[in-house]
Amino acid sequence: MRWVSRLFEFVGKVGLFSLRVLIDWPKPPFEFAQLSRQLAEVGNKSLVLVVVSGFALGAVMTLHTRSTLVTFGATAMIPAVQAVSFFVEIGPLVAGLLLAGRVGSGIGAVLANMRASEQIDAIESLSIDSFKFLVVPRVLACVVALPFLTLFMDFAGLLGGFLSEELSSHIAPALYLNHAFDYLQWSNFIAPTLKTAVFGFIIGSVSSYFGYTTDKGAQGVGEAATNSVVVSSLLIIVADVLLIKCIFFLFPDTAI
Amino acid sequence: MIANPSIAVEFKRVMKSFGAKHVLSDVSFQIDHGQALCLLGRSGTGKSVTLKMIMALMRPDSGEVWVDQDNVVGMGEHRLSIVRKKLGYLFQDAALFDSLSLYENLALPLSRLTRKSKDEIDDIIRRVLTDVGLGTDGAKYPSALSGGMKKRAGLARALVLEPKILLADEPSSGLDRITASEIDELLLRRKTEHGTALIIVTHDVHGARRVADKVAVLDKGNLVAFGSVEEVSQSDNGVARRLITE
Repeated sequence: MRWVSRLFEFVGKVGLFSLRVLIDWPKPPFEFAQLSRQLAEVGNKSLVLVVVSGFALGAVMTLHTRSTLVTFGATAMIPAVQAVSFFVEIGPLVAGLLLAGRVGSGIGAVLANMRASEQIDAIESLSIDSFKFLVVPRVLACVVALPFLTLFMDFAGLLGGFLSEELSSHIAPALYLNHAFDYLQWSNFIAPTLKTAVFGFIIGSVSSYFGYTTDKGAQGVGEAATNSVVVSSLLIIVADVLLIKCIFFLFPDTAI
Repeated sequence: MIANPSIAVEFKRVMKSFGAKHVLSDVSFQIDHGQALCLLGRSGTGKSVTLKMIMALMRPDSGEVWVDQDNVVGMGEHRLSIVRKKLGYLFQDAALFDSLSLYENLALPLSRLTRKSKDEIDDIIRRVLTDVGLGTDGAKYPSALSGGMKKRAGLARALVLEPKILLADEPSSGLDRITASEIDELLLRRKTEHGTALIIVTHDVHGARRVADKVAVLDKGNLVAFGSVEEVSQSDNGVARRLITE
């Protein structure tokens, strides 16, 4: 039963840490320079990974979908299946998991290294609030960047799907797009994209928690990086289930 | 409350434990402004913990830590930030911010904690870097600096706000004798020319003999000797005598 109490202790600590982010971010001083630095780190540097992954996933998905739909003579549905599945679920979830891997490990490792090398103590000794200086901008950057990265992933997936379909059936771009957006409503698009802001909050706060609170020196750097990825990914998948229920509640049309 | 304003730092019956390990047991001492105190002792005897308590990066389990007439134990973050402006801290491995250049490392506290213009900040940084012998290295990142240069850069950052009290954690560790001596010289100049109180954790007895007005020896969490170098070298405590004479 010891692991149960440790689990609750961990959940409580991460919860309080995340709550502190929510309380601290609207208070001055605002770390705009740090936020812009982190936006570049989280957003710009993840863009290639997200676009290439989305493109490849889109192409592969279309190949698989085609082989199934051909059996039922429903190949005309391929663009719609592709668009709905990417915009509603695959784009947000895969973008979140990719960011958890690339950015989560980075945040965990960087903050743990700063803790081990006394850089966080140095920030405090300069009368600067290290939490506001280091943690809040990283979490905000994840919250802001992930919805945009998700959009890039969605459209890259659609492009990959189109090229794959074009090679198979020589479909015209306009017709593909027409079919793709036939079944897509704004509620299919906006709510799932915005839910990635919650994924971003999870990645930022969980990874920052592991890095900022480590007390194991150099060994803690590797542990923080690994734990950041594992726990962020797990929580993203769990949160996805809960958020889908919320989206169905708020937009009942999308549940059909 | 400290009645005497000449006292820079005072420990009153400070105790600190990590689990079952007693790091500091009932430690009391004081150091005046313009004086240098060297903390000596074997590894793990609570020397760095003592410095961190002065900076309020760590809280004691009991006792009082006075810094320039303020008890920092239990002090709120706002007042603490005011007290910390009187302190400079040279960390053991310099603790420079990896993602910032040397210039930006020094500019950060100046731009955040003062109302100085960009030109004034540039002037201060140029002067401080020149003082520590890094006048042409402002654009370099910490990864491009040698161990000795990092120590100098850490010292420059600790001095950039003109602190009344400078804390230095093993300023000469890992350095050759000549570089260590240059760092000692910089610290000594700070004390004599600016009247800065120095509290230095060190294993370098030569440096301590050169810089210190007072020496404190910690052993197994206890303050076993305190006084001038001569007084400690004649102490009844064997550990203190060995540390200061060998």
